[in-house]
Amino acid sequence: MRTSKNITTTESTWVRWTLTAIALGFIGLFLVLPLAAVFTEALRKGLDFYWLSLIEPDALSAIRLTLITALIVVPLNLVFGVAAAWAVAKFDFKGKAFLTTLIDLPFSVSPVVAGLVFVLLFGAQGWFGPWLQAHDLKIIFAVPGIVLATVFVTFPFIARELIPLMQAQGTDEEQAAIVLGASGWQTFWHVTLPNVKWGLLYGVILCNARAMGEFGAVSVVSGHIRGQTNTMPLHVEILYNEYQSVAAFAVATLLAVLALVTLVLKSVVEWRNAHGHGPSADLPLEPLQQSFGITSPASPASTQ
Amino acid sequence: MPFLPSTSHRAKRVLPGFKLTLGYTLLYLGMIVLLPLTALFVKSFSLTWPEFWTAVASPRVLASYRLTFGASFLAAAVNAVFGFLIAWVLVRYEFFGKKVVDALVDLPFALPTAVAGISLTALLASNGWVGQYLSAYGIDLAFNPKGVVIALIFVSLPFVVRTVQPVLEDAEKELEEAASCLGANRLQTFVHVILPAVAPALLTGFAMAFARAVGEYGSVIFIAGNMPMVSEITPLIIVSKLEQYDYAGATAVAVVMLLISFVLLLLINALQSWQRQKTGAAS
Repeated sequence: MRTSKNITTTESTWVRWTLTAIALGFIGLFLVLPLAAVFTEALRKGLDFYWLSLIEPDALSAIRLTLITALIVVPLNLVFGVAAAWAVAKFDFKGKAFLTTLIDLPFSVSPVVAGLVFVLLFGAQGWFGPWLQAHDLKIIFAVPGIVLATVFVTFPFIARELIPLMQAQGTDEEQAAIVLGASGWQTFWHVTLPNVKWGLLYGVILCNARAMGEFGAVSVVSGHIRGQTNTMPLHVEILYNEYQSVAAFAVATLLAVLALVTLVLKSVVEWRNAHGHGPSADLPLEPLQQSFGITSPASPASTQ
Repeated sequence: MPFLPSTSHRAKRVLPGFKLTLGYTLLYLGMIVLLPLTALFVKSFSLTWPEFWTAVASPRVLASYRLTFGASFLAAAVNAVFGFLIAWVLVRYEFFGKKVVDALVDLPFALPTAVAGISLTALLASNGWVGQYLSAYGIDLAFNPKGVVIALIFVSLPFVVRTVQPVLEDAEKELEEAASCLGANRLQTFVHVILPAVAPALLTGFAMAFARAVGEYGSVIFIAGNMPMVSEITPLIIVSKLEQYDYAGATAVAVVMLLISFVLLLLINALQSWQRQKTGAAS
């Protein structure tokens, strides 16, 4: 006798409510409360003070540097991500698994260590230090160092997103295009790119968020020169350490808004991908963890 | 010779661009990642063994390892419990605002760590929103090792949720039905059916949370108080050695941290292949 009464695959109502309440309480305490605190602390001295903290020259220059850094870093890692995904997903070669592990490597390196390696290369005491000094070039404690450190920490984002996606799609469509006489570039532009556009956008969004928000690695190479080598996160730190807490939180709200926009865009892209059109519709887009070095154990693409 | 196309898959060679894309990939990888990391190891070889040992095993540095690994372990353990619970609630139950909560779980990935750091400090300092009530009971969660644990719980929160969630989604309800038919109550089903199926993912998430927490810098330094021997994390040791122009010392500690993260990376890879075998066997 199979009745729904004696087969239970869920919990009693009060257990469900209790567990949900605990989970939401934990999220409220650890995620919502800190997020809310950023905005309340920023507005503690009123809107005028908030606005003044944002348009102050040092803040503006930090915002500018953060935007410039992201504008250089994201395209660099985008080109790399597409090239790496094409090589890894569309061809078989020896050492492929090893190569993908190496691509993931920057995720497991502490940001501080990531900054340090560039100091050892380009700092005054570093390998290329004397040569750079002789040619009057500055990388460490200057913008190029910030860009390099940011490229390092955001290195795998777009590649990590594209590789499983392009692997799952195989090479049939591309081969058909080539056989029909399309050039390699045409094939990529008209066949591959439309298939992976949401995954690509997803990777770009996450890469950008991390590039704008990176603190540890940038802090090591920047030298904290006000108005010159301060990115927004570093500017927040300086203000906070100078007991200008409200101004620090004012700049921090911009980064918090960036985080919220990132989460919204990410949800939209996931939704578009799930309900999308064309061949990519039935492909599961890995959630955010893919881009942070987590390969979902359930994903078919990661079983390579 | 590595990185050569294997002859068994000639069909795939119809596509162009292999040499170009692989060449660029290797060049970029070499310049941005491998050369800098090599510089770190080469620099560490310039130290004599006693110099290296003094740098990585002085009492202050040893205290920082204890704090970094202890606090990371605690944070990962807390997230293993609550992350599992959050994943469970998100997969199995329906409630208002579930989509928003699901998206919000990724906040620690998207919010810059410096912002998280000052925000948690403002909350937990003795005059903060939460801190003022806690300090009335003599509980102080900022500027001590407890603050480090809290910051690390924040930054590593999404890992367990996001590794356990897909496994719970794919789990077969039939097994639970069978357990129920055979007379198991819900708790027995959970302990003997659900938990073993999720265990590899849970461990993977734990290891990832731990690995992330060990390297974390930005969020911790604001809330830790950074007292030597008490609340100073290892990444901060590297930074302060650098600020004193002790490049050799900073390099030595960085090499230790890098080796530990390599070990953790290998461990995570092993856990993931265990997970794949497990899900492969189940289906």
